[in-house]
Amino acid sequence: MAENVKPRVRVPKTASAGEVITIKTLISHQMESGQRKDKEGNVIPRSIINHFSVTFNGAPVIDVDMEPAISTNPYFEFEATVPESGEFVFTWQDDDGSVYEDKQSIEVS
Amino acid sequence: MMIDRRDVLVSGASAAALGMLPWAALAQDAEAEKTMDELIAEFTGGAEVTDGEGIAIDAPEIAENGNTVPVSVEAEGASEILVLAPGNPVAAVATFKFGELAGKHIASTRIRLAQTQDVTAIAKLADGKFVRTASNVKVTIGGCGG
Repeated sequence: MAENVKPRVRVPKTASAGEVITIKTLISHQMESGQRKDKEGNVIPRSIINHFSVTFNGAPVIDVDMEPAISTNPYFEFEATVPESGEFVFTWQDDDGSVYEDKQSIEVS
Repeated sequence: MMIDRRDVLVSGASAAALGMLPWAALAQDAEAEKTMDELIAEFTGGAEVTDGEGIAIDAPEIAENGNTVPVSVEAEGASEILVLAPGNPVAAVATFKFGELAGKHIASTRIRLAQTQDVTAIAKLADGKFVRTASNVKVTIGGCGG
């Protein structure tokens, strides 16, 4: 089980219509790769976030399939076009079935 | 003791079953850890992949700590970018799919590298063609366990 999972997202508060903005996201997660062994030499079971997606007012921005090679506390930086005011929805899906979500609004003038 | 036909058949069958076991185990391993070529074939559907134009990968030349190596991929107009680390126990790293509201088709993340290797990216371009590029990263401390 993943513990203390906390998504953090940085989206600008305002933008002009059609502007391309940079979004940074970080989620705290141990991302156990399934390759490591404990002191007794047993393989520590895999426990990772395997999928990340972002939508803006329901339209897709980016979608990432993640493998164990993604580092602890997965970080993503990408760019999005904002045609109008609205809300970004960030979704992370864990191996254990948990879904973590964060929402950020942006004002477009 | 007499050995009749039935005994011979039974022992033959069990020997055959035993003989198959290692192969079954091997097949399972292959399923879990696809090679880079298989992953590429799966991504492209067997289409030709050309080197160069249209895709860029930005990774450090030397990564002192393989646990967190910043990598950035960019391919203008690409619908998908596949990132692979062929020197890792599992070659697959991530697949980025860009939606209609994606800005510049660029994405940055941090990855684990087990050893020095060519981090590879393949993009599916808007015209359906596939291009690949690679960047060599020297790793001093591996990031996949131990």
